Order: sequence, then C-alpha cells, then structure tokens
Amino acid sequence: MTNYWVLLGILIVVAGFALRLNPMFVVTAAAIATGLIARMDIAEVISTFGKAFNDNRIIALVWIVLPVIGLLERFGLQQRAAAMIRSFRSATTGRLLILYLLYRQVISAIGLHSTAGHPQTVRPLLAPMALAAAEKQQGELDEPTSEKVKAYSAATDNVGLFFGEDIFFAIASIVLIQQTLAAYGIVLAPIELGLWAIPTAIAAFLVHGTRLLMLDRSLSSPRRSRGEGDHAKHGGGVGDDASATTSPPPSPSRDGEDKA
Amino acid sequence: MITLQHLYVLAGAMFAAFAILSALDRSNPKRLGNGAFWGLMALSLLAGDLIGDFGNGLLVLGLAALASLGLIGRSQPPTSSDEEREAFSARHGNRLFLPALIIPAIAFIGTLLYTYTPLRESGLFEAKRETYVLLGLGVLTALAVIFVWLRPPALAPLQEGRRLIDAIGWAAVLPQMLAALGVLFAAAGVGAVIGEITRAVIPEGSVFLTVVVFALGMAVFTMIMGNAFAAFPVMAAAIGVPLLIQGYGGDPAVVGAIGMLAGFCGTLMTPMAANFNLVPAALLELKDRNGVVKAQVGTALPLLAINILFIYFFAYR
Repeated sequence: MTNYWVLLGILIVVAGFALRLNPMFVVTAAAIATGLIARMDIAEVISTFGKAFNDNRIIALVWIVLPVIGLLERFGLQQRAAAMIRSFRSATTGRLLILYLLYRQVISAIGLHSTAGHPQTVRPLLAPMALAAAEKQQGELDEPTSEKVKAYSAATDNVGLFFGEDIFFAIASIVLIQQTLAAYGIVLAPIELGLWAIPTAIAAFLVHGTRLLMLDRSLSSPRRSRGEGDHAKHGGGVGDDASATTSPPPSPSRDGEDKA
Repeated sequence: MITLQHLYVLAGAMFAAFAILSALDRSNPKRLGNGAFWGLMALSLLAGDLIGDFGNGLLVLGLAALASLGLIGRSQPPTSSDEEREAFSARHGNRLFLPALIIPAIAFIGTLLYTYTPLRESGLFEAKRETYVLLGLGVLTALAVIFVWLRPPALAPLQEGRRLIDAIGWAAVLPQMLAALGVLFAAAGVGAVIGEITRAVIPEGSVFLTVVVFALGMAVFTMIMGNAFAAFPVMAAAIGVPLLIQGYGGDPAVVGAIGMLAGFCGTLMTPMAANFNLVPAALLELKDRNGVVKAQVGTALPLLAINILFIYFFAYR
C-alpha cells in the first residue's frame, strides 16, 4: 500500500520556493512534515534531521577559504583581475568564459574538481574578469547586463564541473552508479562509466560554448538606447579604457579601521 | 594523520570568531542574531559528534528559526575602500595573483603528488580526503604569505571573512539542510513512490519513449531533490534496470553514465541545488536569487535532449 502523502514534503518545497518564503523555513517545514507523515514521532524526526545535518558537515568546509579571499579583495585583487583583462586587446567575456569552461572541465576530469569553485575562483577572479571584459565590449554596464555576466560566470563554473567530473572514474557519482547497478548483478568497471561521460562532456562544451559566443554577440552589439541620457558614447567601443570607476562585483565601499 | 576532524576544528574556530566579532559589532542592529547563527555553526563543527542526534536536531532548528524570523542581517565589517583597492592594485600589480593562486596550486599539485607517488603510503592525510586537507593547508599558507608580504591588521582575515560570510548569510547553511532533507525523504520512502508513478506513465514497447521518460525522470526528480545522487537509485530501480537494461538489452554502462548526466541537467535548473545555484548568487550579490538558474536553463535543456539521443543511440548501437 503506497503512502502517497509522503509527497507532501515535495509539495511544500515547491510551493515554498514559488512563494519565495525563506528557504531555511521551507526546508525545515518539509522535513518535519515528511517525517511525521512517515509515522516518526517528533523527537525521532528532529534526531534524524540533526544526524543527517551532522553527517554532511563536509559541505561547510569550503568556507575556510573566505578569510583569504576577503583579504585579497581588501588588497585589490578584483581590481587587479579587471585591470589585467582590460590590458588584453582581444579579450571578450565569451572567450574568457569559454577558456574557463575548458579549464574547469579538464581539471574536473582529472579529479581536481575541488581546486576551483564559486568561493575559490569565481568571486575573486572569474566574475571581475568577465565584467571587465564586458565593459570593454559595451562601455559602462547597466545593472541587468552586469547581473547577466555574473550569472553566466557562475553558470560556466557549474557546467564545467558537472560535465567534467564524471570522466574521472574515482568520483562519488561513478561509485554510486557502479554500486547501484551491482545490486542487480550488473558488474561494471568504473573506467567504462567514465568513458561514457565523454560524449556528454563534449556536447556540454559545444552547447555552453555556443551560448557564451551568443552572449558575446549581445554584448558587442550596440545597446538599444532606452530613454535619454544613455551612455551611447561608450557603446561598442573596443579597447578604449573603460572608466576606472567601474567596480568589480561586490565591494561595499566602506572605510573603517585602517591598515598599516 | 591529518583528518577531516582537524578541518572541522579549523572551520569551527573560524565560525566561532565570526560569531564573537558579530556579537561585538555595534554597527549591526542584528548583531546578536548574527552572533547566535554563526555561533551555532561553530558549535556544529566543533562539537557535532558530542551533542547527540537530538542535540544536532535542535541546533538545526535554531539555525532555521534565526534565519526564518529575519534575525540575521548583513554587517559591514571594516575593509578598504574602492579607491584604496585601486591603489593597491596599481602598486602591487600582477603579483597580487600569487597569493590567490596558492590555494588552488597547493590543492592541485598536492593532490597529484599525494595520489600518484609513494607519498600515498605515508598515511599523512585521511584517505580520499586529501584534497580537503590540502585546501586547509593552502588556506593557512596563503594567510602566512599575505601577513608577511602585505601586513594587514591582525584581525583583518577574520573581519574580511565575516564580511563575505554575512554577504552569503543563511545560504551558507542551506546546502547542508537540503542534504538532510534528502535523508528524510529517503527514510519516508519518497523515492519508491516517485518510481512507481514514473513506471505508470511508461508506454509499452517503445524503447525511445522509455529512454525519454528515464532521462526526464532523472532530471525532474533531481530538480525536486536538488541532487542527482538521490534520483539515480530510484530511476535505476524503476526504469533503468528492469526496462532499459534487462528488458530491451541496453548497454548498462551507457544507461548508467549518461542517465546520471541527464540528472545533472536537472541540477542546473533547480534552486534546490543550493550550493551550485543559490550560494553563488549570494556570493556574487545578484539581485535575483535565481539568476544563476536562469542563466543555466538554456544550456541544460538542449543538453538534456542530447543526452536522451546519446542514451538511445549508444546503448542500443
């Protein structure tokens, strides 16, 4: 007898995200509801949830890079990354991101997937570089454009990781496939599974790379001017020094306690 | 031997410092909320194995309550101004990249050396966790280099780290919460129900449509769970093994490997995969929480279609 009520937790999650409630609340509510429907008592639900949270602490380890990233930002790393891209005549956002896509796929394919990532490489280096390149292509960026460039930077990291890592046969997902199928008496070598990840990896590079070139095209086409007072003078210029005030992504302009 | 436990202590100490500095930050009206939130994270990392399952459960409820009630806010720890940063950038030039490359370089070269040389037998690092351990060593090395070279104030790494973790806020904890939710879903038998529903919609006799349902099922169930790992055993049990492999004689390596990758297309399209989709949106301070997902849909959908074709043509070649 199937208990379809256990799907209520999924419904809570979907509705909660759709209504833009705080995800921490949504997830907790879904977890408690699911546990109770599965006939656990409330103490058991809380214990199960707590144990699973504790078992997954490895996810939190990535944050130990933040003090280093923050310090480097303090000393102008994002500005430096932007300046370097401005100095390359032929650099464009799309080409930069394609290069990073390839790099990310290759390092993931050889098992070094956790050496790059959103805190380690995207925020301090890739996003400021992509923004600087976009400014070269388009002049000062309006907000929707800079949001788009930043979102594409993060997206490129994800695509590179997902469709590179499975080529490396000693990764968790390959082990999972192998174990799952082994339970049905289907015995596979991890290396076989890794090989069959290659066609999709190539397809991912082509599909996402094409979209990055399309992003380039939309960045270098002259901007539709919307209303008066647009920055038309910057439009489409190549290599003219994008104004020095362009700020790479997040930098709360705050001055406080001063450095040595 | 250096193990994950040491790294938990390192990360826990960092969060404890964030908590104390937050609580003392009078410029933040929500300083006590921030202090409590990062304090609970510190407790989890430092003592998660000591406080029992129920204790951990209460800890998670505390985190969720602080976040849901809006008791945590973004602080503005002391840092340099944009003008100062431009000046630093001009003064130090491309040498500024060196400390930034220390962490990836140590993790990268270290993992290679450790995995492919006799160093492996030394048992210096916990097995299969060497990259994490090297990440920690990279962080400490980079901090040392920055201190010697640029001489920041003593508290600067912690204040700068707090600036970033506050920009991320509760999104920093959400991936772990979602992983825990997945465990509860599994315990309640959500996977079995989904598998049953999927089987019910399979058209009899059509290999191609069965492949389509399998791949779409992987993607959709991954979107719900936020994780292809949860979807794979369910879809394998419902369709992959009984129909695609045993029924129609498909190559199991293709069905397994590309089926999983079809799931990854789902990961690109869901806010439930918080660490890949919501965390970077917070880290890059996007206005739109779903901005990264939106940028990925255009890649994920064509790739999902390609994966369907790949399974069909390669598994039944």
